[in-house]
Amino acid sequence: MSEKKELLRPVARIEPRRRLALVDLRALWRFRDLWLAFAARDLKVRYKQTVLGGLWAILQPLTAMVLFTLVFGRLARMPSDNLPYPLFAYAGLLPWMFFAAIVNGASLSLVDSSRLLTKVYFPRLLVPTSVVGYALVDFALGFLILVGLMLYYGVHPGLRALAAPLPVLGIMATGLGAGVLLSALNAKYRDFRFVVPFLVQIWLFATPIIYPASLIPERYRWIASLNPMSGLTECFRAALLDTPLDWRHLAVSTAAGAALLVIGLVYFGLVEDELADVI
Amino acid sequence: MSPMILAENLGKRYRLAGRAGPYSTLREEIVRTLSAPFRGRAETSEFWALRGVSFQVEQGEAIGIIGRNGAGKSTLLKVLSRITRPSEGRAWLYGRVGSLLEVGTGFHPELSGRENIFLNGAILGMRRAEIRAKYDEIVAFAEIEKFLETPVKHYSSGMYVRLAFAVAAHLEPEILLVDEVLAVGDASFQKKCLGKMGEVARQGRTVLFVSHNMAAVSRLCRRALWLEEGGVRMQGEVEETIAAYLASGAELGGERRWDEERAPGNERIRVRAMRLRDQNGRPASVLDRRSPFTVEIEYELLDTVAQMQVGFWVLTSEGIVVFVAGDRDNEDWLDRPRAPGRYRSRARVPGGLLNAGIYYLNLGVDMPLGKTVTMFDNALQFSLEQTGTPRHSSHGAWRPPGVISLSLDWEIGRVEED
Repeated sequence: MSEKKELLRPVARIEPRRRLALVDLRALWRFRDLWLAFAARDLKVRYKQTVLGGLWAILQPLTAMVLFTLVFGRLARMPSDNLPYPLFAYAGLLPWMFFAAIVNGASLSLVDSSRLLTKVYFPRLLVPTSVVGYALVDFALGFLILVGLMLYYGVHPGLRALAAPLPVLGIMATGLGAGVLLSALNAKYRDFRFVVPFLVQIWLFATPIIYPASLIPERYRWIASLNPMSGLTECFRAALLDTPLDWRHLAVSTAAGAALLVIGLVYFGLVEDELADVI
Repeated sequence: MSPMILAENLGKRYRLAGRAGPYSTLREEIVRTLSAPFRGRAETSEFWALRGVSFQVEQGEAIGIIGRNGAGKSTLLKVLSRITRPSEGRAWLYGRVGSLLEVGTGFHPELSGRENIFLNGAILGMRRAEIRAKYDEIVAFAEIEKFLETPVKHYSSGMYVRLAFAVAAHLEPEILLVDEVLAVGDASFQKKCLGKMGEVARQGRTVLFVSHNMAAVSRLCRRALWLEEGGVRMQGEVEETIAAYLASGAELGGERRWDEERAPGNERIRVRAMRLRDQNGRPASVLDRRSPFTVEIEYELLDTVAQMQVGFWVLTSEGIVVFVAGDRDNEDWLDRPRAPGRYRSRARVPGGLLNAGIYYLNLGVDMPLGKTVTMFDNALQFSLEQTGTPRHSSHGAWRPPGVISLSLDWEIGRVEED
């Protein structure tokens, strides 16, 4: 009897959940239009009813840059790899804010869509991953300011600048890894709503953004490089501003980022099926 | 005939731990994990929302799922629409599933009607090209042409529901799962929805329809599945199943309450409850057609109001208004201003008047100057049961035709020819 059912080629088979489910790439591809619709929705809604609108995308890293320049650049006289401190800080803050937008947005996304998750089926991974849409747009807008700053300070990028999209991709993957993991944790344990802001803040200071990586003693640098954001931020800055780059540092960071992404996806897969019941 | 849905022994278990919310905090989890070795495993209790449910739905068939609240109807739809996985059993779906579990799910209030059509369509599983192809049809069905660029947060609830249903109705899945969408919207729109669903069924697509509206179920479906306490109590021909279900007295209720935010009314009046009571004063929605019953409306006045009235409309399941009643019929209160406070207006409807069948009550509120009229359509649904065949019914038919059914005083005499 069972064989006959299979012969009719069911479109969907419904059965109790298995122990370990891997990411169903085919399902994700089938729902690609929904991913785009989510991304478009978030983008359209993000600056609705704000007076400044899309300017916020620029104002946020810019204000942070001014603040850090005053406190760390002027008061603390932080070294900045022989670059003007504002440019140095902004080139780190821009990819950082991209990362933070993904982590913050993704980690709350599942809980915020709980009504949807309990009413309609679609691959749940679409929800936390679609925040990449607006994060990328904000990043692109902020990038224009970076170009402006580079022109202003007369820093001309070399051919290495062409490699800049690579660390951006790495940062996106790392952000998604952390965001997807935190979104699933937050759906189960609401404690994470409070953990995430702290985590992101601590992460900011653990990453060479307001200070150069060269400030970390050689002996401890490998520990720092376990933070995927450290090597990737450094790499982004190095590609555009020609600052020194420690290749080993970058390799370890990249591997750590990839590991975080895998952990995030695996944990999400474990929780995905019961989301509608626990959220 | 080929099956479109095959369900075998479906079961869904929920764990009811001794805690308040469905989700846990990390602390609880840690405490539980650490203390696990020190106590037995039977700390959490289990609850089967669904158990041992097997059935088959053929292509082009519309099947109604009926049963009391908590009988497992919605859980079944959730399992079939893949929102949640079953704990045991299996099901095979032989077509694309579209679910209409709650209209307007995923609408974003800040987005315009046009943007929401695309968003909602995508959420329901439509490809962008598909939505574009159906776009004009959807807009026409929803009757919102003029408001396409308006954010839906400015829509009236009627427009909102129409738009939501329009998107979902044009989904064209091979299997359509519908949960009680017809409980909203005005009578004419409901008719349109029923029509659309009938059309879907006639096109050879399969419809699973969960509803408390027996009239809609019997009109739309040929078969029904009656769930009780998570299991199948009965499945079979629709009229038979509904009759058995109603006879079991399962459909209790006969009451509708509104919380403060959703109460129909305006800044001066809030209707808080509407109730049907049988002749013994018990709330009920299944009544003997020969006995009188009472309609009760409870409302709050926030202001002194003169020349107002509350009342109700009685409609048949086809949407025909049988009669309209208002408490201005009470002469004592006709011109008397009502001070702020809580009120109850109730009226007795005589027995032996309405024919057996399913009826709806619309709530109505008239404020002074005949200007502000608040209506709440389908506030209550009730069924009048025939108990015993009326003596005048020809051929012993169970239910004579007609909206009302009266036993008249007949005078019978022999006329002598001159």
